[in-house]
Amino acid sequence: MALYEASATQLLSQLESGEVTSVEVTKACLDRIRQHDSQIGAFLKVMDDKALAKAEQVDKKRKAGEPLGKLAGVPVAVKDLLCTEGEVTTCASKMLENFVPPYSSTVIKKLEEADAVIIGKTNMDEFAMGGSTENSALGKTRNPWDTSLVPGGSSGGAAACLAAQMVPLSIGTDTGGSIRQPASFCGVVGLKPTYGRVSRFGLIAFASSLDQIGPMARTAEDTALFLEAISGHDPADSTSADVACPLFSKTVDQPLEGLRIGMVKEHFGEGLDGDVEKAVREAVKVYESLGAKVVDISLPHNKYGIATYYIIAPSEASSNLARFDSAHYGHRCDEATMLAELEEEKAALTAAGDEVGLKRMDTSLIRMYRKSRAEGFGPEVKRRIMLGTYTLSAGYYDAYYLKALKVRRLIREDYDKAFKSVDLIVGPTAPNPAFAAGSKTNDPLAMYLEDLYTVTANLAGIPAISVPCGLTGSGLPVGMHMQAPALEEDRLLRAAQMFQKATDWHTKMPSL
Amino acid sequence: MSDDYEIIIGLEVHVQLATKTKLFCRCSTKFGAAPNTQTCPVCLGMPGSLPVMNREAFQLGLKTACALNLNVPRFTKWDRKNYYYPDLPKGYQISQFDLPMSEDGYLFISDPKQQFEAKKVGIIRAHLEEDAGKSMHDEAAGKADTRVDLNRTGTPLLEIVSQPDMRSPLEAKAYLNELKLILTYLGVSDCNMQEGSLRVDANVNLHIKNDGPKKIATPIVEIKNMNSFRAVERAIAYEATRQYDAWKEDGKTIGDAPKQTRGWDDQAQVTRPQREKEESSDYRYFPDPDLAPVITTAEEVEAVQQSLCELPLAIRERLHDGFGIPEYDADVIVNQGRVAVDYYEALALKTGDPKMASNWVQQDVLRVLKERDLEFEQFPISVERLTTLLKAIMDKEIDTTRAKDVFTQMLDSDKDAPAIMKEMGIEKVDDSAIDDLAREVLLANPKAVEDLKNGVQKAVGALIGQAKKKNPNIDPGTFRAKCMELVKDM
Repeated sequence: MALYEASATQLLSQLESGEVTSVEVTKACLDRIRQHDSQIGAFLKVMDDKALAKAEQVDKKRKAGEPLGKLAGVPVAVKDLLCTEGEVTTCASKMLENFVPPYSSTVIKKLEEADAVIIGKTNMDEFAMGGSTENSALGKTRNPWDTSLVPGGSSGGAAACLAAQMVPLSIGTDTGGSIRQPASFCGVVGLKPTYGRVSRFGLIAFASSLDQIGPMARTAEDTALFLEAISGHDPADSTSADVACPLFSKTVDQPLEGLRIGMVKEHFGEGLDGDVEKAVREAVKVYESLGAKVVDISLPHNKYGIATYYIIAPSEASSNLARFDSAHYGHRCDEATMLAELEEEKAALTAAGDEVGLKRMDTSLIRMYRKSRAEGFGPEVKRRIMLGTYTLSAGYYDAYYLKALKVRRLIREDYDKAFKSVDLIVGPTAPNPAFAAGSKTNDPLAMYLEDLYTVTANLAGIPAISVPCGLTGSGLPVGMHMQAPALEEDRLLRAAQMFQKATDWHTKMPSL
Repeated sequence: MSDDYEIIIGLEVHVQLATKTKLFCRCSTKFGAAPNTQTCPVCLGMPGSLPVMNREAFQLGLKTACALNLNVPRFTKWDRKNYYYPDLPKGYQISQFDLPMSEDGYLFISDPKQQFEAKKVGIIRAHLEEDAGKSMHDEAAGKADTRVDLNRTGTPLLEIVSQPDMRSPLEAKAYLNELKLILTYLGVSDCNMQEGSLRVDANVNLHIKNDGPKKIATPIVEIKNMNSFRAVERAIAYEATRQYDAWKEDGKTIGDAPKQTRGWDDQAQVTRPQREKEESSDYRYFPDPDLAPVITTAEEVEAVQQSLCELPLAIRERLHDGFGIPEYDADVIVNQGRVAVDYYEALALKTGDPKMASNWVQQDVLRVLKERDLEFEQFPISVERLTTLLKAIMDKEIDTTRAKDVFTQMLDSDKDAPAIMKEMGIEKVDDSAIDDLAREVLLANPKAVEDLKNGVQKAVGALIGQAKKKNPNIDPGTFRAKCMELVKDM
């Protein structure tokens, strides 16, 4: 087996036994990226020198018998919305194309403490808004299974680099399904932890009450170990859960006995691709064969998930993205041109005697904001800022935002009720397999429906995982979605591991 | 002021809380540092940064709320107030909107000079919020640059909003004085207006008196930019006259015009309209998803209540009732702050003469502080030393006039009154010596004796003068009494 094919768990045991060095592993990954990333476009930036230096340092420490972190010497890719001190952190936006944060996010610090080798920053939809990684202002990412298809999004680069076996571990973020849907499209494992399980400090926010950083990997074991390394209470994030972090890697191998699996009838209705349905139903049968009991359940407010999400997420985004005003950092329009245009307009209005027009004219400051933001943000980001600004505005707050908050509570209550009778809720991750690039770019609503099954976990704050569970007739991966009560990641990981022990879908990788 | 209308005044006071660090990060709040040196990713609103509430600021807010008789609800949250400005780095201000940390309280104001009747001023709410930065507009040489200093961003503010309960500029000033005094006693703010620790906006309109059944109210004006209580007083007075004149001119009432914002021009002593927006601004308030709500238990409020220091109103009453000094005296002392109160109380107790102690503190001590531009803490004569002087006066070892000389000497030396008196040759003259001196002087001034016998009291003054020349240490009061007594037998 080539080094790039190995899982993190396998690599760690080889590193510990001295079979390989971290430098060798890192080089294998860098080679793989060099060979294939021109086709895939998973990375916005590869940090060769830093990665090799870190690998060398870990090798030295290991040789000297010094204590090492949980991921010592294992290469990790990071979605490019985690602030990384001294490294350009772009959020795949023109707005932040040259932004170098003077601080690192908590997760980056945790990866450094775990002695992981950070190998590069992955592509994504701009500000994590999108389901296909086609909204990146800095390049397209393709699906390694078929480069005419999208990898999913917004963590498209994060999923694609795993499927392309460029790296064993990859950090994603999930606001409405942004880890799980690309994991499903690329045939890898993606876990969205409980809200607050992983610190959001240093994550460039999209929708603060929904965003969560999570691990992506090719196996359940790796996912467990990876989650363990990045979880934990952070005093710098007041929404981070002040609970002890379980050692997921120690329990992942324990099968779940008497498992009760909830199936939501509505999840298998209209809009679901036949091949996807088939693969998920087969997967559930695997659980039954392992002794699990299937229970039909209902989540009556799930159907409002997308509507609720597309009120709350843009509302928060409109406010979170206000800081990109071009005054202190980020893209700024050419001021001389802007001022000249302003003068020209003024002259024209004066000549026309348009008093009202003159009164309504921008100040140079307002024009600077407007022009810079118009240039710096892509269309999807603008669309959501406008949506959010509208739904928060005085006359509409009660009708939209407040109503959405109420529905959000009902969705959460549905889950509470459901988890009284089942341990896990299982269904498809996405309604369809990876779709053709460009096929949904002109239909934002169709794109929004990609999150149909995933958004409610974000609205409820519960953990959920996508695990590869089959291939479609045309050979594309299908993801099985499993949801558990808050803070029960342990249950998700053990269930995923049970499945991976009984099947080999997770070992299927595209040939490049 | 006019009999034709009543002025309706409500005040919004922004108080900078005396925390060492900012409301949502650990940056220093110290005043006067070089621009942008007290900042971090959080208060700069850098991408990915997150606010974490400063407990101390919340505690100071609680303290103030208790002192102002405000209710503290169990649940409070943070909201975002969204608007664009270069000195607002996140594009929103974290504040409290519909569920403030405290609401519905009051504060008593009164005037010892009796210019208005004592009253209770309602307080609608007091809520916490972060301050914005400072924009410095440099319009010199046609460059029109604006520089932004973000040292102040994130500094904790408590916004205290009163009911429109004040009816004159004087009442408004009294409210501000009392509020400032309470805040200083509590130690929650230094209330330094020059450094912007206390900022006032006034909402003013008039109720015009008429015979009709309906009240006529003029449009409400919010006055900003006032940097002293005196300016507040003047701005309100100016605005009342202006609004009355405007109403006579155009007849516009509250329903005819939206709230207007005017700035106070201290140089010209007028209010001027500030640039108005086309539509009223919409701040798109919504709960800040980055901050957890704050739960406060009844026990916590109770504990803060218990820990409150004695407040000015209570001290005034105690000084008036307990020491028997006039309300006016008590007011003057209390207005000087807690250190002055402690000084006075100790002096009153040690000398056993509260009125005399009050006179000395109000007149002599305060005069020296003013002349030398000192804080009360810096007053050089300790209570113990001043007591030695006051005791000497009470024991008639020295008269009040000469005591002031001794007092002056004490300011620049560490010596007690007796030592200085000794240096100055001041000593108590015994009764027989006074007796002798009185006889001597009376014998030498038959004309004066005659006058005194005829009830011309002032004649004794010349006698005291002569006696003082012979022995400067005589107590004029004792000497006068002795003369009067002797004259009767002459």
